[in-house]
Amino acid sequence: MGEAVFAHRVQFAFTVMFHYLFPILTMGLSFFIALLSTLHFATGDKRYLAAARFWAKIFAINFAIGVVTGIPLEFEFGTNWSRFSSFGGGVFGQTLPMEGVYAFFLESGFLGLFMFGEERVPRVVHWLSSLGVAAGSLLSGYFIVAVDAWMQHPVGYELDPGGGVRLRSFWAVLLNPYAGWQYAHTINGALLAVAFVIGGIGAFYALSHRHRDFAELSLKMAVIAGLILSLTQAFPTGDLNSRNVVRYQPTKLATMEGLFHTEKGAPLAIIGMPDTENQRLIDPIYVPRFLSFLAYGHFSASVEGLSIYPRELWPPVELTYYAYHIMVGLGTIFIAIMLAGVFLLWRKRLFENRWYLWILMLALPFPYIANEAGWVVAEVGRQPWLVYGLLKTANGTSANVAAGETVFTTLGFAGIYAMLAMLFLFLVGRVIHQGPEEIENPSVVDSGR
Amino acid sequence: MNVVWFWALAAMLTAYAALDGYDLGVGSLHLWIAHGDTERRIALNAIGPLWNGNEVWLIASGGMLVVSFPRVYASGFSGFYLALIVALWLLILRGVSIEFRSQMDNPLWKALWDVSFWLGSWLLALLLGVALGNVVRGLPVGADGYFQGSFALLLNPYSLLVGILSVLVLAWHGANYLRLKAEDALFERTLHTSARLWLLVVILTALTTVATYSVRSDAAHKFISHPVALIFPAITLAGLVGGFFCRRANDRGAFRSSTLVIVGLMGSAAASIFPDLLTSTLSPAYSLSVYNASSSPHALRAAFIANAIGMVGVIAYSTYIHRKFRGKVRLGRHGY
Repeated sequence: MGEAVFAHRVQFAFTVMFHYLFPILTMGLSFFIALLSTLHFATGDKRYLAAARFWAKIFAINFAIGVVTGIPLEFEFGTNWSRFSSFGGGVFGQTLPMEGVYAFFLESGFLGLFMFGEERVPRVVHWLSSLGVAAGSLLSGYFIVAVDAWMQHPVGYELDPGGGVRLRSFWAVLLNPYAGWQYAHTINGALLAVAFVIGGIGAFYALSHRHRDFAELSLKMAVIAGLILSLTQAFPTGDLNSRNVVRYQPTKLATMEGLFHTEKGAPLAIIGMPDTENQRLIDPIYVPRFLSFLAYGHFSASVEGLSIYPRELWPPVELTYYAYHIMVGLGTIFIAIMLAGVFLLWRKRLFENRWYLWILMLALPFPYIANEAGWVVAEVGRQPWLVYGLLKTANGTSANVAAGETVFTTLGFAGIYAMLAMLFLFLVGRVIHQGPEEIENPSVVDSGR
Repeated sequence: MNVVWFWALAAMLTAYAALDGYDLGVGSLHLWIAHGDTERRIALNAIGPLWNGNEVWLIASGGMLVVSFPRVYASGFSGFYLALIVALWLLILRGVSIEFRSQMDNPLWKALWDVSFWLGSWLLALLLGVALGNVVRGLPVGADGYFQGSFALLLNPYSLLVGILSVLVLAWHGANYLRLKAEDALFERTLHTSARLWLLVVILTALTTVATYSVRSDAAHKFISHPVALIFPAITLAGLVGGFFCRRANDRGAFRSSTLVIVGLMGSAAASIFPDLLTSTLSPAYSLSVYNASSSPHALRAAFIANAIGMVGVIAYSTYIHRKFRGKVRLGRHGY
C-alpha cells in the first residue's frame, strides 16, 4: 500500500470517527427528546418539558459539532477519493443528496424552531417540531448507511464500457438488502448509547443528591429502554446484520472471527490473539460448533476460513478481529448492566444503590467505543476493497493529491478537532453542572419567574 | 437532462449564496456595526435559528454534484484540495463560533467568538468567490480530467477580484438583511453601511464584468448567440438600480435588491461557462462539460426525480420557518 493511500485512509478514518461521536448522540437523543416532548404534550406535566429542554441543550451543542464535522466527509469523497467518485458517483451518489434534501433540512430547520420558537408557535407545532427533528435525524442515518451499504454490497449497477459503473436500478440502490439491517443495527447502537448517557447523567445527579425528580425519571427511562435496546442490539439487528456478512463478505466474516481454516462445525472464539503469520489463534477459548450455528443456523455447517483466499484479499486481520471482539464483549456487558438496573428498579432500590449508580455513571463512554468499534469492523473488514469486489481502495484515491498534503491537513484536522473536543466537554460539562430547570410545582403552568 | 441538471445545480448554489450569503454578510460586518453585547446578540439572533438550515443548501449541492457530474466533482474537489480543506476549517470555525458564543456570559469569551465568527465569515466569502472566479476563468484540466491547483494558480488577479466582489456583495446583502432585523442605533448604522456598500458593489460589478470579458472572451459570444441569457445581467442591473432607490427607505426592497444582484451574478457566471462545468485552459477538448462529465442518463433522471420531490418539501418548510422568524429581533430567554 502506497504512502499516499495510507495517508488518505488515515485522514478519512480520523475525520469520520471523530464526526461519528456526535451523530450517535443526536440520532439517539432526538428520539428521547421527542418522547419527552410527547409525554409533556399528552400529560401537560412540566417535568417532562424541563427534561426535554435540558437534553435539547446538550443536543444543540452536539448537533453544531456534528454538522461542522460532517461537511468535511462529504467533501472528502471528492478531495481524497476522487477516483472513487468518478467511478461510481452516479450510483452510490444517489442517496447522498437525498440525505440533505429529505433528512437534514428537516432536522436543522425544525431544531431552530424547537430551540428558539417556543414563544412564536402554538404548542402543537412546538411538539411536532420535536418529532420533525427526530424524523430528520433518524432518516439522515439511513441515506448515509445506504451509501456505505453500496460499498459493502454493490447492487443496482452495470459496468460502463467507458470505465466505472452506471446506474441500473435506483430502487435497488435505495433498498439495498445490506442496508436494512445495517441501518437497524446502527440506529439501535445510537439509541443504546444514549440510554447510557441518560442513565449516566441521571446517576450523576442521584449520586450528588441534586435534581431528584429529573434523576429518577432519567434512571427509570434509561434502564428500561437500555435493557430492551441492549437485547435488540444483539438480536435481531446484530445477528441479521452478520448474516449479510456471511452471505456477501466471507473474508470479513472469517477475519472477524479469526477463522483461518475452513471448518465444518466451526467453533466460536470468545478470546484469543490472532497470529496471522502462522494462521492460528493464540490461547483461544472456544465455544464448540457455535460459529457454524450463528452463521448458518445449524451446528455442522461449513464456514470458510481465510486461507482459501489469496493473501492480498485478506483484510487487516488484527484490527478487524480485535474491534469485533471489543464490540461484542462490550455489548454483552451492556446487557448485564441494564438487566441489573431493571432488577433494582423492580426491587425499588435503583435510586439508592450507590454501587450500581457508580457503575452506570462510569459506563457512559463505553457504548461510544462499541459503536466506533463496530464501524471499524465494517470498514476495515471490507478491505482491501473500497467497493466490495469492484474497486480496490488503492485505486479510489485522488492521484493528484500528494501524501504530504494529506498528512499536513490531517494534522490540521487533529488540532481543530482537539480544540472542538475540549470545548465540547467544557460546554456540556457546564450544562450538566447547571442542571435542568427545577419545577417547583408541576401543576402550576407558569414556572413562576 | 444534462442541461436541466446544470441549471438545477446553478439554482441550488444560487439559493445557497442568497441564503447563507446573508449569514456570511452579517458575520463579516457585525464587528464594525454592532457595538456592545446587546447589539451583537441582535445580529447573531437575526441569523441564529436559520444559518444551519441555510448551510444545508451547500451540503445538498455537493451531494447533487456527485450524482449528476461525478467527474467534475472528482476533478474540482481534488484539484482544489488544500483550498477546500481550508474552507472546511473556516466553516467549522464559523459554525462553532455562533453556537458557542452564547454558552458563557463572559466578555472575553464573547469577544473571542465574535472575532472568529467575523474572520470565518468574510474569509469564507472570499474563498468561495475565488473558487467561483477560477471556475469562470478556467483551470489547467489535463487529458485525464484532473488538475493540480496550487495556491499560486488559484490566487490569480481575476479570481481575487471575484473574491472581493463576493465579500462586498454578501456584506451588502447581510446589511440589508440586518435592516429588517435591527432597530434604533444599530439600525441607523446598518442603513448607513448598506448605502456605502451599495456604491462599492456597483463599482466592483462593473470592474468584474470588464475583467471577465478580458479573461474569457467567449463569454460575450455566448450572451450574443443566446440572448435569453441576457436576463441574468438584466436581473443584476435591476437589483443594483433597486438598491439605489432603497438605500434610505424600504428595507424589504433593499433586501430583495441584493437578492436579485446575487441571482443575477450567479446566473451570469453560469451562463458564461455553459455548457462547460470546468473549462480547461490547456485544450478545449479536455474541458469537462455537461455532456462528457455526467453520469448515465438513467442516473440523472432517477436523481432528478428523487431530489425534485424532496425539494418541494424543503422549499415549503424553509419558507414556513423563515416566516416564523420574520420581523425585528426580540431578545428572549431562549436564544444566542
